[in-house]
Amino acid sequence: MKVKEKDVQHVAALANLELTAEESMRMLQDLNAVLDHIDMLNEVDTANVAPMAFVAADITALRSDETRASLPRDEALSNAPEAGMADGRRAFFKVPKVIER
Amino acid sequence: MDPTVLTVESTRVAIQEKQFSATALVEALHARIERDDTHAWLTHPPERALAQAAAIDKLADKGGPLPPLAGVPIGIKDVILTRGLRTTAGSKVLQHFFPPYDATAVARLEAAGAIVMGKTNCDEFAMGSSNENSAYGVVKNPHDKARVPGGSSGGSAAAVANGTAVAALGSDTGGSIRQPAAFCGIVGLMPSYGRVSRYGLIAFASSLDRIGPMTRSVKDAALILQHIAGHDPLDSTCANVPVPDYAAEIGKPVKGLKVGVPKEYFAEGLDDDVRASVEAATEKIHQLGCEVVPISLPHTKYAIPTYYVLATAEASSNLARYDGVRYGFRIKDAKTLTEMYRRTRDEGFGYEVKRRIMLGTYVLSAGYYDAYYLKAQRVRTLLSRDFDAAFAKVDAIVTPTTPTAAFKLGEKAENPLAMYLADIYTVTGNLAGVPAIAVPCGKTKTGLPIGLQIFARRFDEPTLLRLGHAYEHARGAF
Repeated sequence: MKVKEKDVQHVAALANLELTAEESMRMLQDLNAVLDHIDMLNEVDTANVAPMAFVAADITALRSDETRASLPRDEALSNAPEAGMADGRRAFFKVPKVIER
Repeated sequence: MDPTVLTVESTRVAIQEKQFSATALVEALHARIERDDTHAWLTHPPERALAQAAAIDKLADKGGPLPPLAGVPIGIKDVILTRGLRTTAGSKVLQHFFPPYDATAVARLEAAGAIVMGKTNCDEFAMGSSNENSAYGVVKNPHDKARVPGGSSGGSAAAVANGTAVAALGSDTGGSIRQPAAFCGIVGLMPSYGRVSRYGLIAFASSLDRIGPMTRSVKDAALILQHIAGHDPLDSTCANVPVPDYAAEIGKPVKGLKVGVPKEYFAEGLDDDVRASVEAATEKIHQLGCEVVPISLPHTKYAIPTYYVLATAEASSNLARYDGVRYGFRIKDAKTLTEMYRRTRDEGFGYEVKRRIMLGTYVLSAGYYDAYYLKAQRVRTLLSRDFDAAFAKVDAIVTPTTPTAAFKLGEKAENPLAMYLADIYTVTGNLAGVPAIAVPCGKTKTGLPIGLQIFARRFDEPTLLRLGHAYEHARGAF
């Protein structure tokens, strides 16, 4: 078994997931089963092979640096679970307190 | 009006010639959607469709020519944003999400006269091969309601197959357009990487995701692609490559095309009925005057493990945004920010999504990055070179779309690896960036649809569509 129980907890913390005890047990089995399958990649000799992150070397991501219209702020905030108001409009996202005094 | 046999062209012509109005068509289809027992649709308020139908009818009343997709009722997979129309990605985390803008593909279809009927069901965040991972319930296969429609674009496939839409948009990261198209007996086109703008597509794995049409004929796929293809300044991964006239291209002869048949796609695990049907289709293509040659894509068996490293790694990053801050579900009464993130994601995501985020986070984490992520990227290079080498010799490649026809609901739900292997013939195309199409090519002895898959060179949709169209006509009805 590659992945141990403590690894599941560690990876869950990295991914900002909170797993129930039952989910953790199932996850442990599933991750090990899938990683065993993934291990077959070690059969392949990739010594002089460059990694490929992206198909499209021919796509240019550059554009001119111009100001363009964007969504109005209160529309961009229209799906916020909790928004703060300014001048009667949604103006910022609200989250639980981050800094303890 | 029989909505189960309408095509893009016949719909426009019928409205132009006043056989029925766009409004009457929308009303008839809306009634069908309300009665739909396959659960293909998630959200379908009639207002937007009726407004567009009224505009089309007004044009028809004036007697002038109608736009090319006039009155064509379209289903939009629920991972593609529609302004003001609830878009959930099949996830609880976006249960109340109302997008403030349209995806480019949707805006372009509407500008060409198409009618957005609503949002179709799908696996949560397009992660699945059976549509059983939707937070809103499974879709049933219209050909056999005890079986899956395929996934993740299962709702789009079922809607086109059951006559509640004439065409649909799907998305394909590892087979999610082609596999459900094959299972439901329709055509599914995955365009080349960079061919169709993904602005407004909810991201799963950005180096693999594509938007494409799901239709009743290859010609319809060509007509829809015509309008969604092309450069979009809002998507920096959308190529600035001219868009050919696909409808004109599909009429050209296929005689003399070289068509490769890769032996790796006919190995162990391929169902006998599927094999026989695809071999008969290949013979038909030979009779059309194509030169059929055996080829090899030697790294095929490494495609699934490569895919599950890369797709999950990218997903773990893309899905980090669902944290309860900017949109979507947020857990109540969390005391701290971290607690809010974790409990929101725990409640908001289904198990399969969590499993993929976990796997993706693991393969990217310290100590495993080189062994898994970088290794998979190197194998991806080899898989891509397989296609380059093949396309130096042939113009197209034909294979089965799936190893079996539609499986039973629940059959693979408990075994992630068995489910992942349903995509064994489709993921290669995503990794290599090439286009592919699934075209119905027969039925199993028990009457389930089977799909032929065709690959072509990147941006060579004309050859792909031409061969698919010629085969479809040679095949005839069944």
